[in-house]
Amino acid sequence: MLNIGGLNQGIVIDHIEAGGAMNIYSYLNLEKLDCSVAIIKNAKSNKMGKKDIIKIEGTLDIDLDILGVLDRNITVNIIDDGMIKEKRNLKLPEKVTNIIKCKNPRCITSIERDLPHSFRLTDREKGVYRCIYCEQAFKRV
Amino acid sequence: MKHLISPLDLTVSELKGILDLAGEIIQDPKKYANVCQGKKLATLFYEPSTRTRLSFEAAMLNLGGSILGFSSADSSSASKGESVADTIRVISSYADICAMRHPKEGAPLVASSYSSIPVINAGDGGHNHPTQTLTDLLTIKNLKGRLDNLTIGFCGDLKFGRTVHSLINALVRYENIKFVLISPEELKIPAYLREEVLDANKIPYEETKLLEQVMPNLDLLYMTRVQRERFFNEEDYIRLKDSFILDAKKMEFAKKDMLVLHPLPRVNEIATEVDSDPRAVYFKQAEYGVYVRMALIMKLLEVA
Repeated sequence: MLNIGGLNQGIVIDHIEAGGAMNIYSYLNLEKLDCSVAIIKNAKSNKMGKKDIIKIEGTLDIDLDILGVLDRNITVNIIDDGMIKEKRNLKLPEKVTNIIKCKNPRCITSIERDLPHSFRLTDREKGVYRCIYCEQAFKRV
Repeated sequence: MKHLISPLDLTVSELKGILDLAGEIIQDPKKYANVCQGKKLATLFYEPSTRTRLSFEAAMLNLGGSILGFSSADSSSASKGESVADTIRVISSYADICAMRHPKEGAPLVASSYSSIPVINAGDGGHNHPTQTLTDLLTIKNLKGRLDNLTIGFCGDLKFGRTVHSLINALVRYENIKFVLISPEELKIPAYLREEVLDANKIPYEETKLLEQVMPNLDLLYMTRVQRERFFNEEDYIRLKDSFILDAKKMEFAKKDMLVLHPLPRVNEIATEVDSDPRAVYFKQAEYGVYVRMALIMKLLEVA
């Protein structure tokens, strides 16, 4: 069993779909951070079978709700003084711009220069985002 | 300033305004012969579409306006790599209104955000074709007398047919609408339409593969083409294609006042013997396409 030490202060991004941690890592630009970051891949999970976890030491100034757009099962724990200070419920934003990209080859975003990739939340329960241009649903990998 | 990008851009009351005006134009076209004098319509067609472009141009000419434009991307600056945003900014200074057909989905929406003139979506890929929806609604309203209390059959390719999706979206806003969806398994309506439109609005519908059986229940039958290339294998196509062809024999099962609509072009999905049946209104529907575009142009140019 792999052991990673607990955090004194930081953020634990849990319940990431197995294999998805590096996407989140890249999106949050964690490679640019100076602090310790632990990526745990394929951790055992009762709920999910396998999951990924990211532990980040220190404070991170980003809109964590965006993580729900990338993977709606994600949970975020804010750690302070070695304890879970807050279990953050991610609230899906109504609109996201340049976070996810439209993959529809027939969409105008595939050819128009400098056009922002914008998505609208069309089904909050199922977490469905649709491209504002072609209305194709964003498929999480 | 208003654009028409999606059929749902218009409220039910705005839609009524356009359909009522189209009805008045049908009654007395001469009255409107000069209302757009001095105005120019630019038809920006990045892919060929004879009927849609000609119906827009006929509409503007009928209103006394003039037309300019291009009918393929090759003859426009798009072939030099110009963006939609730049093209529309330039065209805005040449014309008073424009109709855009583009192979990429969402192109007219991009145009509308940079345009200083009204933009009408004349078809964007497999996505929207709102003026076809307006044409369908005008046909139903004028020939059936109402847009509510209807049982509407859609037959053929319900998966890829954008005219079907747009019309379903537009009709769910009216009272007591029922749908009968007639298609092979492979060409059933997409899941999102079933879940986000029909189920979400609690619209009653049934799905079937047999046209004859449901014919007696229908007030309207909207036919679409089943294309060979949509099937996964040739055997399925041969097995299924005749089930979705409307002929005089199948028309015998229909109500005396049921109407047959088709967005055209028709290939073989409606036998030519049906054309002489008074219930076959698809050529009338094409004619209404000009009137409804006249009404739309007048509303967007605020001359009505």
